[in-house]
Amino acid sequence: MKKKNVISVVVTVVAVIVAVYTLFPFYLVLMNSFKNANDIVASPVSFTGVNVTQWITNLSNVINNSNFNFWYAFGTSLAITVISLILLALFGSMAAWVICRNKTKWSTAIYMTFIASMIIPFQVVMLPLISTFRDVGEFIGVSMLQSIPGIVFAYCGFGGAMTVFILTGFIKNIPYELEEAANIDGCSPEGIFFRVIFPLLKPVITTVTILNGMWIWNDYLLPSLMLGQNGRVKTLPVAVQAFVGSYVKQWDLILSAALLAIVPMIIIFLFAQKQIMHGMVEGAIK
Amino acid sequence: MSGQSTAGRKVLSLILLIAGGCLLVGALVLDFMGSPLTFRGTMLIIGAIGIIIGAYLFPTVKHHRKIINILFLFPLLFTFAVTVIIPLVLGVFYSLTDWNGIRFNNFLGLENYTSMFKEPAFIWSILITILFVVFNMVLVNVVGFLLALLCTSNLKGLGFFRASYFLPNLIGGIVLGYIWQFVFNNVLTEITEKISGNQASILSTTSTAFAGIIVVYIWQYAGYIMLIYITGLTQVPKDVLEASQIDGANRIETLFKIKIPMIASTITICTFLTLTSAFKQFDVNMALTNGSGSVADFMGSYLTNGTQMLALNIYNTAISKDNYAMGQAKAVFFFIILAVVSLVQVRISNKKEVEM
Repeated sequence: MKKKNVISVVVTVVAVIVAVYTLFPFYLVLMNSFKNANDIVASPVSFTGVNVTQWITNLSNVINNSNFNFWYAFGTSLAITVISLILLALFGSMAAWVICRNKTKWSTAIYMTFIASMIIPFQVVMLPLISTFRDVGEFIGVSMLQSIPGIVFAYCGFGGAMTVFILTGFIKNIPYELEEAANIDGCSPEGIFFRVIFPLLKPVITTVTILNGMWIWNDYLLPSLMLGQNGRVKTLPVAVQAFVGSYVKQWDLILSAALLAIVPMIIIFLFAQKQIMHGMVEGAIK
Repeated sequence: MSGQSTAGRKVLSLILLIAGGCLLVGALVLDFMGSPLTFRGTMLIIGAIGIIIGAYLFPTVKHHRKIINILFLFPLLFTFAVTVIIPLVLGVFYSLTDWNGIRFNNFLGLENYTSMFKEPAFIWSILITILFVVFNMVLVNVVGFLLALLCTSNLKGLGFFRASYFLPNLIGGIVLGYIWQFVFNNVLTEITEKISGNQASILSTTSTAFAGIIVVYIWQYAGYIMLIYITGLTQVPKDVLEASQIDGANRIETLFKIKIPMIASTITICTFLTLTSAFKQFDVNMALTNGSGSVADFMGSYLTNGTQMLALNIYNTAISKDNYAMGQAKAVFFFIILAVVSLVQVRISNKKEVEM
């Protein structure tokens, strides 16, 4: 009995130490965003210089900064993420359903291409992607670079493979009899999909949306290449990078910007903790 | 369905198909002529939508399913082809030319490939990437697994610990790279100064900066790997564990002889994930050190890219040094290594699982 107690104390102590370690950087960001630049550099760990007016000054300095333009970057990131996620869920499940329910040579070939493409690193396609998008944009007269539709298009292309892969795994297990019954009742194929299959996909679409959402929201390389470092349209990570680049070592501004960039994600996490952790695991295991 | 409405649908469908086709062809003709009219893009899109609706409304029982199949597959396949397949094919081709990001003049064959291996900085990037991958594969998995053991024990406040270990994974690499730059350059230096009087940041020397990247990477990724291990561990059947306890196995024996062999497939998944993600590491590398760090003598030359990993090297070659063809050749090489390594890894793990 005594030995067990000792073990559980040791385990708790270890758990607490690790938690302190993982949360410490977040604490530093939050606490130092309440200080002015001099106090941050003088004593980054202690509470010296913490005050609320300074916090409001820091945040408003960052939000109103013309290089950072927080609300604009936040809105852009939000628009890109939300539109991409809706389109990926819709187009992904449409494609996955067709692939699943038609066992032809074509559908197998398409499925295999999707799977194989998941190994392709972004680096190998990024440079030609930019030139292809530039050419396509010039050709059709609609700018594909430096525009929200262009980047949403790219995310649909890059997220498609993983989305289809996870969704087909799920659709395979939906009994085909459901569709046959609907068919006998005179339901059209598109009706079967939208009225019978699509509502059943809710749990797996949550998984896919979480996986894609985390990636799209935090992605830096694709938007920085497509939108440009100092372009008109900026996502949040691109704005942070541009901002830090122009205010080297001004930690009051940088840490406040970092705080603003991480807060939306943390708020979502607090509300949907279970779904997010579950979705991340589901996505990996499949 | 009455005869009249079928006929009506047919007319509507044909009108849409023909009008859509005309708009599409018209827009394409304008495009090919290099017309400056800006509405040609809108024309193209409206034309395409017209054709899609027309095809959808086309009154046929026999082919309706086929039409739906094609319409359903089209959006994703189209975006996939334009963003992945076409750039991949073009990319492999461009790597054999003197492409400058917009056009190319000469076909060079394998010249880019042979000259990139004569570049000590690139060889250095390959070596430290491999080192980084090996370190991370081992450390992230060990740390993740230990955290998973911690989080499956009967600890109080489990939910809190689990969430706080996972939290770093939510933050994008760029932002957390800067946060850690602050930690290493300002916070840690203050602590080390108090302890030993040493005020140098660990990011200022190549080897410690490299270690710093590994620390940040573990901080970010171990919580995620932990979650997967937790799922694996909770799937180990209870009766097997009970049986081993009855047979007198102690905790350590249960761990090594039962738990670990039974989660072999989880270990495969986690090694695969850590392997590929460590290979592709870019954001943290860029934000934390941007690849800087001096190496006094490597293959007879002085290097300034001590902590620059492959992905960042490719990016800098193309974007900062404006050498697109060379960057592309390196990227193709990167792709080949990644493909070979992942295939070998999956093969080995599959074999091991069968043996177990």
